Amino acid sequence: MFTGTVVWASSGDEQHKSKGNPIDTKEEIDAYIRHHLQDSHDFIFYTDGETGTHYGFPLPVILWDGGIKTFMSSKFHHGESVAEVGGSYYKLYHGKVYKTDAEGTITLDDHDHPTNAKPLDFSITKSVVGMLFAGLLMLLLFSALARGYKKGPIPSGFARVLEPLVIYVRDEIARPNIGEKKYRKYMGFLLTVFFFIWILNLLGLTPLGFNVTGNIAVTVCLALFTFFIVQFSGNKEYWKHIFWMPGVPVPMKIILMPIEVLGMLTKPFSLLIRLFANITAGHFVVMSLIGLMILLKAQFGAVGSTGISLILTLFISVIEILVAFLQAFIFTMLSSLFIGMAVAEHDHH
Amino acid sequence: MDQLLNDFSPGLFFMQAIILLILILLMRKFAWKPILNSLQDREDGIQGALDAAAEAKKEMQNLQADNERILNEARAERDSMLKEAKELKENMITDAKVEAQAEADKIVAKAQATIASEKKAAIADLKNQVAGLSVEIAEKVVRKELSGKDKQLELVETMLEDVTLN
Repeated sequence: MFTGTVVWASSGDEQHKSKGNPIDTKEEIDAYIRHHLQDSHDFIFYTDGETGTHYGFPLPVILWDGGIKTFMSSKFHHGESVAEVGGSYYKLYHGKVYKTDAEGTITLDDHDHPTNAKPLDFSITKSVVGMLFAGLLMLLLFSALARGYKKGPIPSGFARVLEPLVIYVRDEIARPNIGEKKYRKYMGFLLTVFFFIWILNLLGLTPLGFNVTGNIAVTVCLALFTFFIVQFSGNKEYWKHIFWMPGVPVPMKIILMPIEVLGMLTKPFSLLIRLFANITAGHFVVMSLIGLMILLKAQFGAVGSTGISLILTLFISVIEILVAFLQAFIFTMLSSLFIGMAVAEHDHH
Repeated sequence: MDQLLNDFSPGLFFMQAIILLILILLMRKFAWKPILNSLQDREDGIQGALDAAAEAKKEMQNLQADNERILNEARAERDSMLKEAKELKENMITDAKVEAQAEADKIVAKAQATIASEKKAAIADLKNQVAGLSVEIAEKVVRKELSGKDKQLELVETMLEDVTLN
């Protein structure tokens, strides 16, 4: 949606500019990027700066505020008006739903954070739509691959592309890290997470403007899954290594215990921060480079700034495609490594 | 960190957890399990085929070695048979030669003996014939000599002259 808007704004002539209000200052671009990086309650493909109309469709909002309240996000009018549901008033402020009075007043504290009450928001937001889309895509693609095996041992068509990926995850990620005997149990999680992250990363590079894996709640959830799977599959040796390290003197055991417990928690933490930071940074850089087109227009002219922006954006986008795979790979790789550490047999002690 | 915490949406977290959980379960049932099973089956199949091929190759080699051995044995047997036959042939030829020589000698000796006896007989016959011829000639000569009375008297006289009365 951002791409569409920017292209529209930069190709618009002076007449357009004088009439409407395209995004053309540094502050506006910065705000736009921040807005993009956040989840949103409606799906906007592009905004006409001239008339202020948004082209897209609303998504259902589901709130828990002493009872389930559902309505379409069109009621918010993109944050411009207050939505009234069953006697309660809600308003969007920076992509989040706050409970307000009938006038929709938002009171801010010293750090510019609203002090209004936040209802629990289970809305089908843009990120949820992205996740559902990725999930459906995975189900379609891989159940087709699974069905393909009923016809013969060699899949045909697009399944031929998917099969090596599944084999890659199994042979390069799961098997070497978890071990031949136990890897099978974790394949469901590892394969799902790998393709889920990868598809969502790639979706983030499309002009649809998804930013799911660059959302901290999503990466926290993914990392927590890994964390719980690791803890629940940890064998006696694993817990012994955390709480009573074998092979070292007793004072060392006592010192090592909190370090190991901390390590238990930092592992998933590193997972969630790595994925979040990489994808967010990628989106930020790509969008900033697109923004250059407008910011450098004065110095280089329309053609010059577009050329510079195009080349740089293309370059970073190619890297981002690599990063999209790399982050999915690293997340799955480290998850299987942690699982492997939890289930390993330490026969040398 | 403050910004991050502010950005954290519990609702989205909850939705993500539900979606991910359901997705993992569905994918496991409908995709990963059949896919991994099929892959495993296929790999086992390939491994089995490879093993069978190696086994067959080994058997083939054994068979070939056997064949080679049998062939060598047959060859050796043939050689020995040939050698024997050759010896036999040579023996037979030598025997035949010796026998033939003996036979030939015998025939020659017989022929010589026959020739010798024939010669004797012929000589004896010749002698007889010569004696008969001589007597005949003598008879004829005598008859001619004594054809007249004068002659006969003359002879008697001559003979009587020769005969000395002892």
